[in-house]
Amino acid sequence: MEILYATLEKTLLLMAPVLERIGYERLEKPVAAVEKTVKGVLFDCQMCGQCALSKTGMSCPMNCPKSIRNGPCGGVRTDGYCEVKPDMRCVWVESWAGSQRMKHGGDINIVQIPVDHRLKGSSSWLREVRRLREEQNENHSTIESA
Amino acid sequence: MIYEDEPIPGYPLPMREGHSSPGRFERILRDGHFAVTSELAPPDSADPNAVYERARLFDGYVDAINATDGSGAHCHMGSLAVCALLTRLGYALIMQISCRDKNRIAIQGDILGGAAMGVCNMLCLSGDGVQTGDHPNAKPVFDLDCMSLLQIATTMREQRTFQSGRELEYPPRVFLGAAANPFVEPFDWRPLRLAKKVEAGAQFIQTQYCYDIDRLKTYMQTIRDMGLDEKVFLLIGVGPLASARTAEWMRKNVPGVHIPDSVIERLKGADDQKAEGVNLCIDMIQQIKEIKGVSGVHIMAYRQEHNVPDIVERSGALNNRTPWHPKSFEGDANIQSQMDKYHD
Repeated sequence: MEILYATLEKTLLLMAPVLERIGYERLEKPVAAVEKTVKGVLFDCQMCGQCALSKTGMSCPMNCPKSIRNGPCGGVRTDGYCEVKPDMRCVWVESWAGSQRMKHGGDINIVQIPVDHRLKGSSSWLREVRRLREEQNENHSTIESA
Repeated sequence: MIYEDEPIPGYPLPMREGHSSPGRFERILRDGHFAVTSELAPPDSADPNAVYERARLFDGYVDAINATDGSGAHCHMGSLAVCALLTRLGYALIMQISCRDKNRIAIQGDILGGAAMGVCNMLCLSGDGVQTGDHPNAKPVFDLDCMSLLQIATTMREQRTFQSGRELEYPPRVFLGAAANPFVEPFDWRPLRLAKKVEAGAQFIQTQYCYDIDRLKTYMQTIRDMGLDEKVFLLIGVGPLASARTAEWMRKNVPGVHIPDSVIERLKGADDQKAEGVNLCIDMIQQIKEIKGVSGVHIMAYRQEHNVPDIVERSGALNNRTPWHPKSFEGDANIQSQMDKYHD
């Protein structure tokens, strides 16, 4: 899953010049719709717009009934089930198990900043591509100027 | 015990070099004393005397009092108000902040307000879910979690800004704490999560109830191996169980409380289960005190607050030290004359 996700990111990044020509704003709606469907099926994605999946063992923290981005809380039941919803596995117990199987699983130890509620419903894929492109461009310009 | 630079009650202590707060609790820990804290159950009442009476029970037995913030998602007097009443008398308070009921705008306002009223210690919690409480129909807020709350409070103190980046005129000088639960899954990640909290700004930790000393020892071993005991003060949670039945009910219904069968058997076998619960708590404190890297105990004696003095006394937790309390000054001519001057 991690590899699949990394490949998707690379593909999107390669497509970035095309995406830029079409314009990120125009793409927002269709991409968000695709993202919602794909991630909805795979991860029960809640479209917070600031995806942390790669840092949370590919378990979506927005499914935690307390929306804890840095879990698990102290209420986990002895069998690893959720305090609030006893029939649901704790998102963060899954997250920890998932991170142990991941190549970059150590990212789970990074403190996640609070959610920006304005981004709810928007595409984090596009946001990430944009961010990486900007980084690329910055690196290029520093190399050129040096 | 009274510090030589003790101000009249209700005023901050002079801040020592390298300290984050002008508080007594931080001093006690940094001075290397084994600390005792307890929690005050805020009343279902608007009468301030109810708060004073509850605090008075602990006089001379605890170094700081936790003011709980809607614990168990039940509605009670707010923690900020309890702190406001008690800091005026000079008590050292640990203001609990839960992310369940307030968003970041309200919480940051409370941090400033609390600090302005003399709260020197704040405990950052995610909070119990609303389903456990008396208002399961309430909207759970959870705008932040304990980790981001710690980070924001640290930023307010160190960078002197709100989360938005807007500047503060004067920062909250507070010693920041967090909770930990070494007794529930995933066990191997619990120490790493503690490291994450320390990274986010936790300076002291109060744990969930400990009834399983072996589990705690394993946890503390990892904590020491990681060097975390050098970076954060750990206070282990303890509490007297009223009976075997209460214990069984608690482990079934209170989220995050782990009670081994052996504890329940011990209670069942006793003639006076309540007294045995107190004995068990005392045994636990004595064993905890021997564990390297532990800085104190946090006694949560819900509905048994009157037993706290006995537990502290008999466990020897304080090593014959008497923590400050409002009557510490009786007979202290210097403070008395300062107070007389102030009240004139």
